[in-house]
Amino acid sequence: MTEQIFAVELRDISIRFGKVTANDSASLRVEKGEIHALVGENGAGKSTLMKILYGMYSPDSGMMKVNGAEAHFSGPRDAIASGIGMVHQHFMLVPPLTVAENVVLGQEPVKGCCAFDSGRARELVAQISRQYGFELDPAAKVETLSVGEQQRLEILKVLFRGAEILILDEPTAVLTPQETTSFFAILRKLKAQGKTVIIITHKLREVMAVSDTVTVMRRGKTVGTVRTAATNEAGLAQMMVGRPVVFQVERRLKTEREIAASPVVLSLEGICAKSDRWLDALCGISFEIRAGEIFGVAGVEGNGQSELIEIITGLRRPQSGRLTLSGQLMDFEENSPARMSKLGVGHVPEDRHRRGLVLDYSVRDNMVLGRQRESQFCSALSRNAEAVAAFGDRMIEDFDIYPADGELAARALSGGNQQKIVVARELSRRPKLLVASQPTRGVDVGAIEFIHRKIIEARDAGAAVLLLSAELSEIMSLSDMIGVIYHGALAGVFPAGSVNEDKIGLLMAGGKLP
Amino acid sequence: MSARAKTALLQLAASAAAVALAFLTGALIMLLVGVNPLAVYSALFEGVLLNPYGLAQIIFKSTPLMLTGLSVAFAFRAGLFNIGAEGQMIMGGCCCALAGFSLKGLPWLIHAPLCIIAAMAGGMLWAALPGYLKAKRGAHEVITTIMMNFIAAALTNYFVMARFHEPETVHTASIMPSAFLPRLAALSSFFKGSPANAAFFIGLAACALAGWLLWKTALGYEIRAVGLSPDAAAVSGISVARKTMSAFLIAGALAGLASVNFVMGYKHYFEEDFTGGAGFMGIAVALVGQNNPAGVLAAALLFGALSHGTLVINALVPKDIVLILQALLIIFVITFDGIARRYAAANFGEKA
Repeated sequence: MTEQIFAVELRDISIRFGKVTANDSASLRVEKGEIHALVGENGAGKSTLMKILYGMYSPDSGMMKVNGAEAHFSGPRDAIASGIGMVHQHFMLVPPLTVAENVVLGQEPVKGCCAFDSGRARELVAQISRQYGFELDPAAKVETLSVGEQQRLEILKVLFRGAEILILDEPTAVLTPQETTSFFAILRKLKAQGKTVIIITHKLREVMAVSDTVTVMRRGKTVGTVRTAATNEAGLAQMMVGRPVVFQVERRLKTEREIAASPVVLSLEGICAKSDRWLDALCGISFEIRAGEIFGVAGVEGNGQSELIEIITGLRRPQSGRLTLSGQLMDFEENSPARMSKLGVGHVPEDRHRRGLVLDYSVRDNMVLGRQRESQFCSALSRNAEAVAAFGDRMIEDFDIYPADGELAARALSGGNQQKIVVARELSRRPKLLVASQPTRGVDVGAIEFIHRKIIEARDAGAAVLLLSAELSEIMSLSDMIGVIYHGALAGVFPAGSVNEDKIGLLMAGGKLP
Repeated sequence: MSARAKTALLQLAASAAAVALAFLTGALIMLLVGVNPLAVYSALFEGVLLNPYGLAQIIFKSTPLMLTGLSVAFAFRAGLFNIGAEGQMIMGGCCCALAGFSLKGLPWLIHAPLCIIAAMAGGMLWAALPGYLKAKRGAHEVITTIMMNFIAAALTNYFVMARFHEPETVHTASIMPSAFLPRLAALSSFFKGSPANAAFFIGLAACALAGWLLWKTALGYEIRAVGLSPDAAAVSGISVARKTMSAFLIAGALAGLASVNFVMGYKHYFEEDFTGGAGFMGIAVALVGQNNPAGVLAAALLFGALSHGTLVINALVPKDIVLILQALLIIFVITFDGIARRYAAANFGEKA
């Protein structure tokens, strides 16, 4: 009997970075022509393992086989030569160039001695695009493409270089639900043409929807490989985290009487605003949030959510409209983030790397960002280092932040733990109004549950919460009231329980309720 | 040992290795042009380090470099490239001299501090405009500060030549003795013959103060946050514009202060080109000192020593060889620093 030949076989791969063991004797077998999902929490070692396969790191120990032949890659160049291609989470495209130019970059067809043959490039690219049903115009400039199209372009680039095995790192992190659906169709088409696909993700729903086989990683180890058909989300989550996971955090729905008795914390009336590019971003937004209420705003990204948040947190001035906070009408001319935070607005920004954290500051220093002048952290002249340390360490304990080292730079933590820093900081101020935008984006299941629980706790303690999320399930499971935003206007506001996902999805896509 | 201590040690070792390699490469170049590097280095060593006058000259020459280096480093912590230390130092010196010769009959205890304040105010004034343009209008500070350097040089030359110059000279009248900074030679005969003066202690104090300000105060925390992540700082309620302005004003004051070494401690007047390019050299000092006050102090001493060294070896080789040495030093230090940082990030999980 001959041994089965796998497209990829990794055996006992280990790699350490300083003190951290990123992969600990991890093993993976991927069959030819399957869609294989690699799942695990942030920091479980998925990306590292795939970067080893792609030749970006060389492992300290272990063995690697590609199509049955032992492989030793000294760089991505070798991996590409063996038919492996990788699409990274962050796109690597040149926006002012065309689709065709981006695809052939580095392997340009030439005319005569050295002239770039752009006609030939377009032909080549059009041909592959047709073959896989990518529907990309080779002559289109990349800067005009949607995120979903850019992703298809990244895959096209890899195929152009002759990849038979495609590694996709968190491909759906940037896609809308609709784009995700069409992206899955492309994956199935790739599979039908005999390509092998490895997809890194931590969205279990997607794993169930698209993969044939799943390998779960935890703390650098591969803890098991199962057929997708033989498992379910709860089973996978338990394998990932090592304990049963609660998807729907429990919360008590409030009675109408309770709601009516709570004071209105935030009230917006007819807010209209322009975007940075001076286009109409918001028009006629009006809603209220009461104390102890979570108001969820569902919507595909780019429909005015960022501008809405920026207005409420004092970062942007609207063209018109009124904003009332705890009964006080705000003067937009004098508004600033400092003023809003003084008035009790907490803000979990959607982009934690850019806006939520000073990545090179320690965890402790990040815990007091925005509060550095409070008397408990700062005497007349100098900062009170002991108080900052004590406070930071208490927050690390309360929010179960790992590693529990307050002096570590925030940069060194995983995404989930970084997000916990931001949530801990904002909730520790006991805000009257918490604005949370994509609070669990790129965060692993264990941390999602934790962050959801904390948001509910804040609501139960009487905070008004404005929740914006591209994850419909997150909006559905947390909100007391649900608003749908489309093209800068609220397409509808519903009490939770009176509306289902289908209706919301329809409104998100610009449809009308019958 | 903590990751941070290891990283610091590694960086120190990298800097030492860079200095050694710079001298080694310098030796090769000397061989190439046909001089004996051993002779040059031993002359350098004897003339600068084994000689009281040499040591005193290090102190004298490193003082303005320390302050301009600090000026550049401080602004850099706020994410700003202050190329204008030269102009700020010129304006500081001009204001300092004005206060020094026009105020008369004041006791030293009042007059000297007033002149120091005037020097800082002149530098601040010259940094305020680029600071404002950056904070409020987004004008790039590299361009504006360079332009301000030209204006400072031309404007002060005009004033000195047209209004304040002593007949037959290109400098202003001498400041009052009540504004002189004491020479170190007056304290100890060790420093005999050197213009090294009390400005050195002002430089040391400024280094300590800048370190304290940056790492121990709320203002420093905010300035560094703006430098590292302006978006996160703005979202958390820190006014990026205001901190940009503060950082520029402090940087300007430090650069202005650099002028007192010459105006109050050495020649006692303002003259065209009195800075000797110390404002521009400050950029190199900040670079080699890794924008860290202690590092700036060390780098300023090193550059001060080399600067004196040019005179010492002038008889053996053209003094340009020391300029080459300086340039090599900068290149090696920044290269090795990059390597050390990457190594530390990969191996101690610490971003230096």
